[in-house]
Amino acid sequence: MQRKFRMAAMSAAVVSALALAGCTAATTEPAAGGCEPSDGPVNLTYTAWWPGAEEVVALWNEQNPDIQVEFQTGPSGNAGTYQNFFNQITAGNAPDLGQIEYDALPNFRVQDGLENIAACGDILAAGDQFVDWTWSQTTFGEADAVYAIPQDSGPIAMYYRADLFEAAGIPVPTTWDEYAAAAAQIKALGSFITNFPKTDVNWFAGMVWQNGGQWFTNNGADWSVDLTSEKSLEVADYWQGLLDRQEVSTLASFSDEWNASFNTGQQWTWISAVWGAGTIRSGAPDTSGKWAVALMPQWNAGDNAAGNWGGSSTAVLKGSKHPFEAAQFALWLNTDPAALELANELGGLYPASKDGANLPVFLAEQEFYGGQKIYEVFAEASAQVIPDFVWGPSMTQTYTDVSDGFGAVIGGSGTLADALATGTEKTIAALTALSIPVAQ
Amino acid sequence: MLIMGVFTLYFLIPIWWLLVSSTKTQGEFTTTAPLIFTADAIPTFINNIGGLFAYNDNVFVKWILNSVLYAGAGALIGTVIAAMCGYALAKYGFRGREALFNVVLSGVLVPATALALPLFLIFSQVGLTNTFWAVFLPSIVSPFGVYLARIYASSSVPDELLEAARLDGSSEVRTFFAVATRLMAPALVTIFLFQFVAIWNNFFLPLIMLRDSSLFPVTLGLYSWNSSIGQNPELRSFVVIGAFVSIVPLIIAFLSLQRFWSGGLAAGSIK
Repeated sequence: MQRKFRMAAMSAAVVSALALAGCTAATTEPAAGGCEPSDGPVNLTYTAWWPGAEEVVALWNEQNPDIQVEFQTGPSGNAGTYQNFFNQITAGNAPDLGQIEYDALPNFRVQDGLENIAACGDILAAGDQFVDWTWSQTTFGEADAVYAIPQDSGPIAMYYRADLFEAAGIPVPTTWDEYAAAAAQIKALGSFITNFPKTDVNWFAGMVWQNGGQWFTNNGADWSVDLTSEKSLEVADYWQGLLDRQEVSTLASFSDEWNASFNTGQQWTWISAVWGAGTIRSGAPDTSGKWAVALMPQWNAGDNAAGNWGGSSTAVLKGSKHPFEAAQFALWLNTDPAALELANELGGLYPASKDGANLPVFLAEQEFYGGQKIYEVFAEASAQVIPDFVWGPSMTQTYTDVSDGFGAVIGGSGTLADALATGTEKTIAALTALSIPVAQ
Repeated sequence: MLIMGVFTLYFLIPIWWLLVSSTKTQGEFTTTAPLIFTADAIPTFINNIGGLFAYNDNVFVKWILNSVLYAGAGALIGTVIAAMCGYALAKYGFRGREALFNVVLSGVLVPATALALPLFLIFSQVGLTNTFWAVFLPSIVSPFGVYLARIYASSSVPDELLEAARLDGSSEVRTFFAVATRLMAPALVTIFLFQFVAIWNNFFLPLIMLRDSSLFPVTLGLYSWNSSIGQNPELRSFVVIGAFVSIVPLIIAFLSLQRFWSGGLAAGSIK
């Protein structure tokens, strides 16, 4: 039944996205201006789905009687809320603020769904408070432009079973070559070094990101799409090798089987984002105390590069009547220590704010991870995330197409590189259909 | 017989899985056999239900009540409207009757999902999105109900009886409620059940219309939980238990109205 819902939702979403996008392309707007405070008390609406948002909003409402925020919710972005935002923007009744993941921001920008809040008080100057790469995601590198405030991020590191590596006498890999060598040894022991997540294309993008690759570029007028650049193919070939040698499993991520596989010690590592800490803890309770975290394996020994998987921003949606107050709320939400602490406690968010990473909660030893202060590793990874990765304007479609290709690889036909080539073609076709200019 | 057995099994296994899974703790999902009860199934089940109902200020209870209201009141009013409409089409001759009926009938062919977005834009114009009415008003219309009511009224309400009622001085409205609805009862129960199930399972319209979680029906609520399992793994067991609880009212409605229902369904088919 769920599947049917999703299919219906997706097909309708595609249809209406096509209808709504019409002929809109990246419109150039006048430099930000005219963002003045409103007179008198203001009521705002904020739609988000991160757990605990309601409580954090209540905290703001307590402290700001003149700017009351009404919290609204729905399914996660790609599951329907983004499409709702687009419908509501068209109808002129969108919420003032919305949660938008970084990989969806370009879609909203291209379809002119975001307010430029750079001139709303001191928003432009607030950039220093956020990790560089997150700020460049919300400004698109444009001057005098801020389209959203970064909320959380997902710097990637390597979770690994410290006990198993030690017992087997295998050194913990620090490069991808060592990782492949360890994979072979672990396979000989009857386990897997990790699972290849065929549907998490954004995870794969995180791997390409770490390697310094790009899938999209935008020169201000045209988009270029190339999922098969040298750096991207290097990553694809690497994982293809692991798949060919059957050194990685191919379970559906976050499924019961997948959890069980972690819980029973079949999986020795998980290259994943900071929010994955909670996923392992709840999915593999029997392995408590046996895990540890290290930085991602590197392509060249001695490098310091990390990728990112996930993370959201708080955007002021087009048509908000109170962009000034909305921007102030968004800034508070993502910089105020009490708000960040509550968001981490209830929603497990890892803040994009630089100071946020130094909150007491991130300095504590983690019992599940053998008493390691794992967030110190993630803070280091966060600083190593390559700052200029660009998402395309139709990531939902790109993910679906590449994921179909990856699925076929698991089923035994084609290679990951083929899937990326098909993904490039289909993405160019989709952008052309949306009248978004693509450089050939 | 064998084929029937196989298919029965095929349709019942998911429900069995749902029942068994709702008696397990989060940890037992992955560590125990999926179709077999664990030793402490009953206490865990009670515990799960308690946790589900208490989670997030009883929001699940609110969703169930919303669904009952949308589906119960919507189906009731929808049935009355469909019955009046079908009766009028069957028993009164007027210009354009067949054309009107064909237009209504063509409504059966248009999937509700395709209408959701236009409805959203219309409701936006009058400022009714994100309200109870946004889901309720579109739910009370049932073209299939009109069709069934017309077929049934023309076959089971004799013209002579209406003639007799008129001679006795009964008004047309009174005749409809006092005489016709009695005779149409099996069809009305069928329409009610169909409409109840359709509204209960309606998902796309609330998805598009609603943002305030206190207005969500249970389908949308469970879907939004399910979509954030990655971020919030504790919801996994609530989604499973919630799905189980959410089919219970449907089962009750079907079993309690079943004896009326089968008669009504056949009436449409022989005509």
